[in-house]
Amino acid sequence: MIFQLIPSTLRMTTPLGYAALGGIYSERSGIINIALEGMMLIGAYGYVIGAQISGSEWIGLLFGVCFGIILALIHAVATITFHAEHIVTGLAINIFAIGVTEYLIPTSDRVPGLPEVKLPFIGVYSILVFIVPIIMILSHLFLYKTPWGLRLRAAGESTEALKTLSLSRARWQYFAVIVSGVLASLGGCFLSSNVHVFTKGITAGRGYVALAAVIFGNWRPLNGVAACLLFGFAATLGLENRWGIPDQLLKSIPHILTMVVLAGLVGTSKPPKALGRIIT
Amino acid sequence: MMSKNHLIQLRHFLDTFLPSLIAIIGFFVLCGVTLIIRGQSPWEFYQLILISGFSSIDDIGSILFNSTPLIFTGLAVAIGYKAGLFNIGCEGQLYVAGFAATWIGIHFDLPPFILIPFCLVAAMFFGGIWGAIPGILKARYGAHEVINTIMMNFIAFAIMSYLVTSVFQEPGQMEPQTAEIHNSAKLPKLAGLIPLLPQSNSLNASFLISGVVVLLLYILLKYTRWGYELRLVGNSREVAAYGGINPGRVTIWVMTLSGAIAGMAGVADVLGYHYRFVHSFSPGWGFTGIAVALMGRNHPFGVLAAAILFGFLSKVALDVELLLDIPHGLFIAGQGLLILGLVCMEGYTKIKNQ
Repeated sequence: MIFQLIPSTLRMTTPLGYAALGGIYSERSGIINIALEGMMLIGAYGYVIGAQISGSEWIGLLFGVCFGIILALIHAVATITFHAEHIVTGLAINIFAIGVTEYLIPTSDRVPGLPEVKLPFIGVYSILVFIVPIIMILSHLFLYKTPWGLRLRAAGESTEALKTLSLSRARWQYFAVIVSGVLASLGGCFLSSNVHVFTKGITAGRGYVALAAVIFGNWRPLNGVAACLLFGFAATLGLENRWGIPDQLLKSIPHILTMVVLAGLVGTSKPPKALGRIIT
Repeated sequence: MMSKNHLIQLRHFLDTFLPSLIAIIGFFVLCGVTLIIRGQSPWEFYQLILISGFSSIDDIGSILFNSTPLIFTGLAVAIGYKAGLFNIGCEGQLYVAGFAATWIGIHFDLPPFILIPFCLVAAMFFGGIWGAIPGILKARYGAHEVINTIMMNFIAFAIMSYLVTSVFQEPGQMEPQTAEIHNSAKLPKLAGLIPLLPQSNSLNASFLISGVVVLLLYILLKYTRWGYELRLVGNSREVAAYGGINPGRVTIWVMTLSGAIAGMAGVADVLGYHYRFVHSFSPGWGFTGIAVALMGRNHPFGVLAAAILFGFLSKVALDVELLLDIPHGLFIAGQGLLILGLVCMEGYTKIKNQ
């Protein structure tokens, strides 16, 4: 029974994991990132475009990530250089991404998927599944064990801290937002490479669920991915539903849990102190 | 001769709405540029825009019909924004409210002058509750209303999707929708009232209701104590608290009011157009409402104008897709960039003025 749920849970968790890790970088540096949804969508789109043009899955991956970086740069320029409201910017990027994927180049072909690895007993997985835990551990080490990680977090905790060290807060924020673009678009690449096509609404709100996982995981890589695993499991229960519980209810578990945690009713979730603060 | 006072007012008006003007001009120029890249003629496109929007009363009626839900969601976002709150949850609020109106419209058969207000009140009540929950969570526990309103969108959507595919699905139908509401709950079309407006035009009384709400909000914001408290909390929660205003209480009632107004967008569709609850009937009105509020600078009359502009754009988008084979995505992407441009200009001037 549990063995049957593992493959689906891992497949549900992987895109969330990438996007959530991306969200953690951006939000730790003080930039609210609601644009995760759009970055995933454009990543999924870019993968198919690249693979369609070249016939190679690796070019697809490259395109997906590049598209993600472009969106991340737009978010960074707007929020950091122009001091625009982070939330509105993020929503604008999500809307922009929906439009671009419908408008730019039509996708029709079935494209090659990324290489897969067969594990004994529990199934066949895209290689991107195995990269999530690696990035998770590296992110944890980077954010908490290196001076650079400390600086990135300082950018999110205080608007003044880096200035007193004559370091640029903006530079670290640019870096963090771009990393979040790369990671979120990888999540998108995973989605479209799995089904070999791009379809409208392929991300289906996963970017927002990832954002919920960031909050649920208290803005920490290890906890964030654990939250994704929980949410992925909830989504799997919704898919493999045999108990007559409405699957819509199971699908809203992540959203309800996030509200409960955010209100501090169960456990605590504390955002970086200068998150979303615009004034320089 | 204009007095000096008038000149200052004009100057202020220009300063306020100049970014909106730049953004919309930029939008149309950008559309032309992308068409050239695609190898299509931009002139045909510009011509069609003028023809599709303003060639008959029928066209104008359609534009106003399109703009009605956007007026409600735009106002809902704007009033929240004035109090320093982001209501991203209009989408969920309008679904919950729309369902409440449908339920009343199906289960009660009363004369229109009782049934319609009954539907409206029920809708505003449930929309208000859906808005109040994030408000209370913010006031009591300091939980960010943006995240909570987003989450409540998904929860509302899940509940609605369950209801229309199981308990309340129209018997004998495959479509995820409820049965039709009683005739007496339907809002009348305006075709009979306005000469030259054909019967086929969907413009209905919900547009008039939206006009009334615009006026009421204008009065509320400008002439009442509540409006004053709301703006004060929007400027600075600390200063407001120092002045003896309870920011938490203002947060809760503003979010409730915002949710109730957003709920009216659901009513406009249920009682004015589909006459039933159709699954996912909103093409993102809640999110377009954010663009409308930004464009209208959160002023009730500005929101009205911006909503009509977006109603116009959505009509043009449809015509352009049909006649010139330009995908709808162009307008969605353009809308994203438009919001982006506006919010950048806003942020930049705010920093420069400091």
